[in-house]
Amino acid sequence: MDDKLKRDIILEHYQSPFHKGLVNGENYIRVNSRNASCVDNIDVEVLLENDIIIDARFDGDACAICTSAASIMIKTLIGKTINEARDIINNYNNMINEEEYDSSKLEELNVYDTVYKQPNRKNCALLPFRAVGEILDKK
Amino acid sequence: MNREDFPILNSGIIYFDSGATSLKPKCVIDSVVDYYSNYSSNSHRGDYDISLKVDTIYEGVRDKVKTFINASRVEEIVFTSGTTSSLNMVVFGYMAKYLKEGDEVLLSKSEHASNILPWIILSKKIGIVIRYIPLEEDYSLSIDKIKSCITPKTKVISLAHITNVIGDVRDIESIGKLCLDNNILFVVDAAQSIGHIKIDVEKCNISFLAFSAHKMLGPTGIGVLYGKYDLLCCMDVLSFGGGMNSYFEEDNSYELKDVPFRFEAGTQNIAGVIGLGRAIDYLNSIGLDKIHEHELELKKFAVSELEKIPNINIYNKNSDSGILVFNIDKVFSQDTAIFLNRFNICVRSGNHCAKILKDEIGTTNTCRASFYLYNNKEEILKLVEALRRQDEVYDNII
Repeated sequence: MDDKLKRDIILEHYQSPFHKGLVNGENYIRVNSRNASCVDNIDVEVLLENDIIIDARFDGDACAICTSAASIMIKTLIGKTINEARDIINNYNNMINEEEYDSSKLEELNVYDTVYKQPNRKNCALLPFRAVGEILDKK
Repeated sequence: MNREDFPILNSGIIYFDSGATSLKPKCVIDSVVDYYSNYSSNSHRGDYDISLKVDTIYEGVRDKVKTFINASRVEEIVFTSGTTSSLNMVVFGYMAKYLKEGDEVLLSKSEHASNILPWIILSKKIGIVIRYIPLEEDYSLSIDKIKSCITPKTKVISLAHITNVIGDVRDIESIGKLCLDNNILFVVDAAQSIGHIKIDVEKCNISFLAFSAHKMLGPTGIGVLYGKYDLLCCMDVLSFGGGMNSYFEEDNSYELKDVPFRFEAGTQNIAGVIGLGRAIDYLNSIGLDKIHEHELELKKFAVSELEKIPNINIYNKNSDSGILVFNIDKVFSQDTAIFLNRFNICVRSGNHCAKILKDEIGTTNTCRASFYLYNNKEEILKLVEALRRQDEVYDNII
């Protein structure tokens, strides 16, 4: 995928994020996640049924990378089992942290495969995944 | 002005983040290197020449600080690790003992975390009541609003001299007078004003003053707590150990050293103190009035130039300091800051540790450009030029 296409996908998700806005539903598990530099601050909520992610949403104030990553993450994770989601999160974290990963698991999330070149953006890209990881750990 | 004194500027960066930490002039850097290279030893301990030299210089800096803020006694100057530590010492060392349940402390919502969070913790511990003085429309603080918040229960007013987001300058002389008339303790967070505006603790009736060296051209990890002598004598010590006691015995008897030494437990940041002293000399050699005038000129210039370009929201056009907060319309502050980094321009994005100000200014995050003596108009024009290219803000997003 060339950089222009990646950028277009990221900006599309930033400007029209998927599932932005919380429903605060009774059975949703919700966590707040913010990075150490006090900039990005998002809430993520997930609805699980029989170990499957039925729904997920997010809201908050965050940069283009963080917001778009939350949006693409949610689009990718809905319908996945907890184990599949964990696998995606692990591979994604490895990609951002320049470790070995399986790109075939990451679908559209591969647009972030060069984020590691900008160390000041890594935490932005990781933040939504940290939130979902925390939610899955609660199960 | 004096740009040649700041070696880091040779790298070509445009540094607009002095509100976070200032750059260091070569003379300050050299003074720290000189200590480590030529007379590195501990203070108040040795009987040999270089240790005596350390003692003389270390205590000499205490005297320089006293003169710099016009304290009446050198014992009123305590070296700390910085503003945060100084304010925590005031809140937990003095106020925890002095205040009672129901006593009121007046703050504002534009205070830095260091001047809110310790009070919140104390409030939970002993039941003091924190009241926030309402801000004016331009987010400044008027003396009338402060007056209207004072009740018979008001025991403390604790405010930044210059706030770190809006950059408004509080009239600490009038507030100090108000505190004197109402028998209220006056705590001043001078983190953003020290080294920018002359502070006179006597004239302003300041009970406690806190500041850091690193925001006034000095090293990191060193700061000052000024306290009126009588108050410091009643303040509890929070850290015990070497250097701060006169004696201790097997039967648990002990005696602490006099003020201020009892507040300086363990080996101190000697290099930091030496660097602070050199920074004070340097600032005095230029003159704080001249520095403040320069910053205001830069701020005014930046506002007038930025107003010429579209989609720039400035939140503090009228504040009288070198702090400018802005956003590109509909662009998240961090994206703007990272975009500006492409042009070697360093600005800070975020909430700047003033987390409850968001309700007042209607945005959680801003970009802050803070100017100091070494900045110039050419640099501001480069910022303006970069912001003119705002359409490219996402071009290098990955």
